Amino acid sequence: MKKIIVALAFLALPGLSFASAAGYPLMKAPIDLHNQASLQKGAKLFVNYCMGCHSLEYQRYNRMARDIGLTDEEVRNNLIFTGAKVGDTMKNAMPKAAAKQWFGVTPPDLTVIARSRGVDYLYTYLQTFYKDPTRPFGVNNAVFPNAGMPHVLWQLQGMQEPVFTQHEDAAGTEVKTLTGFKLTQPGSMSPPEFKEAMADLTNFLAYVGEPIKLERQRIGIWVLLFLALATVVFYLLKKEYWKDVH
Amino acid sequence: MANTQGTTGVLGWIDERFPLTKMMREHLTEYYAPKNFNFWYFFGSLAILVLVNQILTGIWLTMNYKPSAAEAFASVEYIMRDVNWGWLIRYMHSTGASAFFIVVYLHMFRALIYGSYKKPRELIWLIGVVIFLCLMAEAFMGYLLPWGQMSFWGAQVIINLFSAIPVIGPDLSVWIRGDFVVSDATLNRFFSLHVIALPLVLLGLVVAHILALHEVGSNNPDGVEIKKVKGPDGKPLDGIPFHPYYTVKDLLGAVVFLLFFALIIFFIPEMGGYFLEHPNFDPADPLKTPPHIAPVWYFTPFYAILRAVPSFAGTQVWGVLAMGAAIVMLFFLPWLDRSPVKSIRYRGLLFKLVLAAFVISFLILGYLGALPTTPERTTLAQICSIIYFGFFFVLPILPVFETTKPVPERVTK
Repeated sequence: MKKIIVALAFLALPGLSFASAAGYPLMKAPIDLHNQASLQKGAKLFVNYCMGCHSLEYQRYNRMARDIGLTDEEVRNNLIFTGAKVGDTMKNAMPKAAAKQWFGVTPPDLTVIARSRGVDYLYTYLQTFYKDPTRPFGVNNAVFPNAGMPHVLWQLQGMQEPVFTQHEDAAGTEVKTLTGFKLTQPGSMSPPEFKEAMADLTNFLAYVGEPIKLERQRIGIWVLLFLALATVVFYLLKKEYWKDVH
Repeated sequence: MANTQGTTGVLGWIDERFPLTKMMREHLTEYYAPKNFNFWYFFGSLAILVLVNQILTGIWLTMNYKPSAAEAFASVEYIMRDVNWGWLIRYMHSTGASAFFIVVYLHMFRALIYGSYKKPRELIWLIGVVIFLCLMAEAFMGYLLPWGQMSFWGAQVIINLFSAIPVIGPDLSVWIRGDFVVSDATLNRFFSLHVIALPLVLLGLVVAHILALHEVGSNNPDGVEIKKVKGPDGKPLDGIPFHPYYTVKDLLGAVVFLLFFALIIFFIPEMGGYFLEHPNFDPADPLKTPPHIAPVWYFTPFYAILRAVPSFAGTQVWGVLAMGAAIVMLFFLPWLDRSPVKSIRYRGLLFKLVLAAFVISFLILGYLGALPTTPERTTLAQICSIIYFGFFFVLPILPVFETTKPVPERVTK
């Protein structure tokens, strides 16, 4: 009996956890903006695999360099493929109108995508492409069903097939829920390596979403300390003035 | 040469030509405020502080913001990234908008519990409600400016409400937008109204609000008139000069407020999607309707009332009317509440229950207004709407059943 209750509780878990719009539970992205090695790896992945289609229109190369611990020279030699100057923003060469014809939708700019969708969404999205021959690019996505994007990282991840679970919903109808994946064709990275790479990429996008974040928090501590001190001073001032009011 | 204020030197020279010392005395050093102000009396001065914050940060944002559909979203990111301290100015402004409503809602709640809207302060209350309306318009127009998805679709939904008005509705909504959809024309005019027209009106109203207050004098947590008991020098026995007593006290309040304000700005500027909504980081796209359009939190109670009213006789105008009425009712409050007792301290249990029901229903409406509708939520919103309006209808008959406590002559500690 206990086992059944435990099993039922686990069945309910996906419903309780923070689910995406498609109902697939989101994985927690291990964000660490202090980890510059991770940010650098993420930047490298981004310019190599994403930037062909997605721009970072509001992010400057040299700002990125400064923030993630690279020199302008390193960025120029390793991360700029478009002939852009190091002070330029990270645009790409793909014409927007043509892109719309190719993909059905213009690939969105990703500068603030981490702020609109959330890092957990991105982290999960990047890892849940699966084989679906009914789609134009042969793949579908668990958190963004019928996404227009091909699985550009398949050489790294390999190709996985979906695992569906049959069960009855509250109304008693048979429903098929996507619950997991089976790697059928290995990629150049092992699954843990790929997971870590996606953590780096998500981390990088989190940084790009708000480059000032660490600096803001650093300053914030001093502002709060100052105000806390000011509170004491103004409290004593008020007490002094009010001592003759009865 | 002496003047009526008895000042000499440079100040005397000015006082002969401008009522500087006279004004200082009337509004600060010889404005007698009750000595028993409590926590709830901080929010008036805090509202001024936030207003100043909005105006100053607004001026600096305007220096780099571009009010055009093609450039607005990018210019906000430019401010966030490339303008020195632009991120701080922007967060101060966006957090300030929410802070303004928090402060104003608490300020209005204070008026409710201590009967500050009652005779002789009806006009202060009326001006205050107009300020609240003006503030809502100001916030609504400001919210379009970042030109994100919620900016665009929020404005689209709210402006479309006007098209529910019979006969003139559709033309009226086009006239407001300056186009058939929310567009560059709408953005430009909202910018104009947001940065100059409404702030100008707001400032004028705030001055009128304070002048009206200083004419009759402040209410207090006991709801007694301190001017009734004066000493031999003609000064209220329970009054103390606003300056220095309340200037130092309000300074303390301001610093504590800033502590919370800074906490949000520096550590949680999005406030979990309530102060800066996540979908607003997607640029406005007229062809892509978001799955769920929610107004910013300070409008959600009224939005919930709007959605709670079903369409009737082939028109949805009733919801719009109910939403308008939710604010219009506030104007009648001084005449609806017929109890001679001002402060909640000396009113009966009945009033406390009725007021609690009103406040709780308002909070629940605010919660519901941020969520997508379900049949259960709509029913709950309808119940809360009835309680909200019921408050105003119950108030006039309340004194018949209410046993109030005797109000003291003088303020208590």
